[in-house]
Amino acid sequence: MSQAEVLRRVSPLWTFGLLRSELVTTFRRWRTLALLGVLAAVPILVGIAVKLETQDGAGPGRGDGGGGPAFIAQITNNGLFLVFTALAATLPFFLPMAIGVVAGDAIAGEASGGTLRYLLVAPAGRTRLLLTKYATVMTFCVVATLVVALSALTVGALLFPLGDLTTISGTQISFTEGLGRALLIALVVAASLTGIAALGLFISTMTSSGIAAMATTVGLLITVQILDQIPQLHALQPYFFSHYWLSFADLMREPVYWDDLVKNLGLQALYVAVFGSAAWARFTAKDITA
Amino acid sequence: MAPYETDDSTDTGERDELRAGRRRAARYIVPVTVVGVAAATIGLVPALADSGDPNLPKITAQQLIDKVAKSDVQQLSGTVKISTDLGLPDLGGLESSMLSGATKSGDGSSADPTAKLTELATGTHTLRVAADGPDKQKVSLLENAAEYSLIHNGKDVWGYDSQSNEVYHGTTAADSSKSDETRATPKGLTDEALKSVDDTTSVTVDGTEHVAGRDAYKLLIKPKQSGTTVGAISIAVDAKTGLPLKFTLTPASGGAAVVDVGFTQLSLAKPAASTFDFKVPKGAKVTTEDSAKKATPDHSAPFGKNDKTDKTDKGLGKGADDPTVLGKGWNSIAVLETGGQGIPSGSSSGGGDLGGFLSSLGDQVKGSFGSGTVYSTRLINALVTDDGKVYVGAVTKSALVKAADAAK
Repeated sequence: MSQAEVLRRVSPLWTFGLLRSELVTTFRRWRTLALLGVLAAVPILVGIAVKLETQDGAGPGRGDGGGGPAFIAQITNNGLFLVFTALAATLPFFLPMAIGVVAGDAIAGEASGGTLRYLLVAPAGRTRLLLTKYATVMTFCVVATLVVALSALTVGALLFPLGDLTTISGTQISFTEGLGRALLIALVVAASLTGIAALGLFISTMTSSGIAAMATTVGLLITVQILDQIPQLHALQPYFFSHYWLSFADLMREPVYWDDLVKNLGLQALYVAVFGSAAWARFTAKDITA
Repeated sequence: MAPYETDDSTDTGERDELRAGRRRAARYIVPVTVVGVAAATIGLVPALADSGDPNLPKITAQQLIDKVAKSDVQQLSGTVKISTDLGLPDLGGLESSMLSGATKSGDGSSADPTAKLTELATGTHTLRVAADGPDKQKVSLLENAAEYSLIHNGKDVWGYDSQSNEVYHGTTAADSSKSDETRATPKGLTDEALKSVDDTTSVTVDGTEHVAGRDAYKLLIKPKQSGTTVGAISIAVDAKTGLPLKFTLTPASGGAAVVDVGFTQLSLAKPAASTFDFKVPKGAKVTTEDSAKKATPDHSAPFGKNDKTDKTDKGLGKGADDPTVLGKGWNSIAVLETGGQGIPSGSSSGGGDLGGFLSSLGDQVKGSFGSGTVYSTRLINALVTDDGKVYVGAVTKSALVKAADAAK
């Protein structure tokens, strides 16, 4: 009896123990580190490219009407804009792909590695294990976004001047406020990825092959991105998880234009609710054979 | 019991297995319910929010027009949505690249207001407006991760295109293009529409509605004449301040509105002073008004889009550059002499490939005036004769040909 009480009292802490061990396992994987390395390299490449391009004094995007990722024309004047450009460049593909790999691997990877049954031997329960897995994926979302943002900030500070910045509405804000907005944007970008993270987790509970789950998640991502470009589907597009992704740029308006941001966050919450509960329904009722 | 069985399916035996299977299926009720609730919310919330029209005291059309005329809202900030559906062939990127090519070739700045105004002629756009008295106004065109702002502060007029980081600078004394942008707000359009009110027009108050969370009267302006393509103009006027909140122009042929401009959000509080402060961002390319004028000699020359906006003005009963006007009221037809060179008749003089391309967009017509090409949109029709005369009006095709015949 006393033993059981001890167990029960320990259990909430145990959840954190489980989460910690999950986090350590995930972030120690070479695969995860390689993904983060690729993400960190994107702003470096963009920064160096812009620097080389503009060494003769001309601004980038001049003459081609300002093509390329958002904010790229402003980078030479303020390195902080590299953060926004890097996030705009990685958000459509690199970031969600990394999330898809980690989320798809979450359950299916354990199943194909034969370690899932041992995880379930521990008195954690399937629901709690699933929540822990999802928390790990969400942590990866935040870490991946911050890696891009910090790498961009470092490169931007090294290669370009910093200082007060002009919002896209033409008003000036101080550098500190700019940093605050950059952090807010990074968090919004991380939140934008929670939808595909939940989708990936659900797919991960459907199969016992980690590779299949990752491929399906990334494949779905690409499919949705393509469908989002087809004008005939405009009636459906507001329900695609990626449709409002680039709305984070609205945080750089003065005053901030919230309409699309709120739509984006609401849509992500909906995806999390639907696919999170579907993953729960699938995982808690599944026969674990591996 | 195997260690990997779940904690909640510990039963054994066939009957229990059946129950467990049922419980398994029952779990899927959760995601299905979430989807259902979400769908219901998306479907129902707009319906619930649209809880009937407001009850306002009765008012005559004349009183409402006076109210609009007396309206003196000096301070406001809000969001305006503009949808334009002129029924032009959707050229998408081609058209804008042609246009930007045209302005670029003259070394014009993308921050030049006239270049930006033409963008409003097609599609749906979101504008933010802010005003604080007659000296401070700001209009921003929201684009994808970019914005075009036109700021009027004191005697300065700044245009800032954040995408290309280009700045246009002008002064109010000489700058007339500023009014073009403000004309795109419901207030500007209403003024234009009310100018055209005369004995050829019926004006009625058509109930009330909610616009941007405010109670408003609906003013309905209808042409009495036949032969015009304008079906009706409906204007929502704020009951408290008399500020026009929404402007909708529907064509006589029915279908979606040709022009639909309205506030989606409006605050009558004083906007922050910093809204109107503009400092040229570091590294931005600045075009001042004088050099812009020199660089782009003739704005009306480039094709397509500029013409359209001119036509729209005429459709609202405002002659642009003093052309001859035939007819009266809604059936007015403007006649322009282009000097012997029809733009579109397929000859190389019209700009090579572009000339042929343009003529393929119109219908060839013949009459006692000779022959020409009719370009039609859902609102404005234009007849360009081969001898270089242009007849433009918000009238039907046959009315154009008739006018051309009569003028011969």
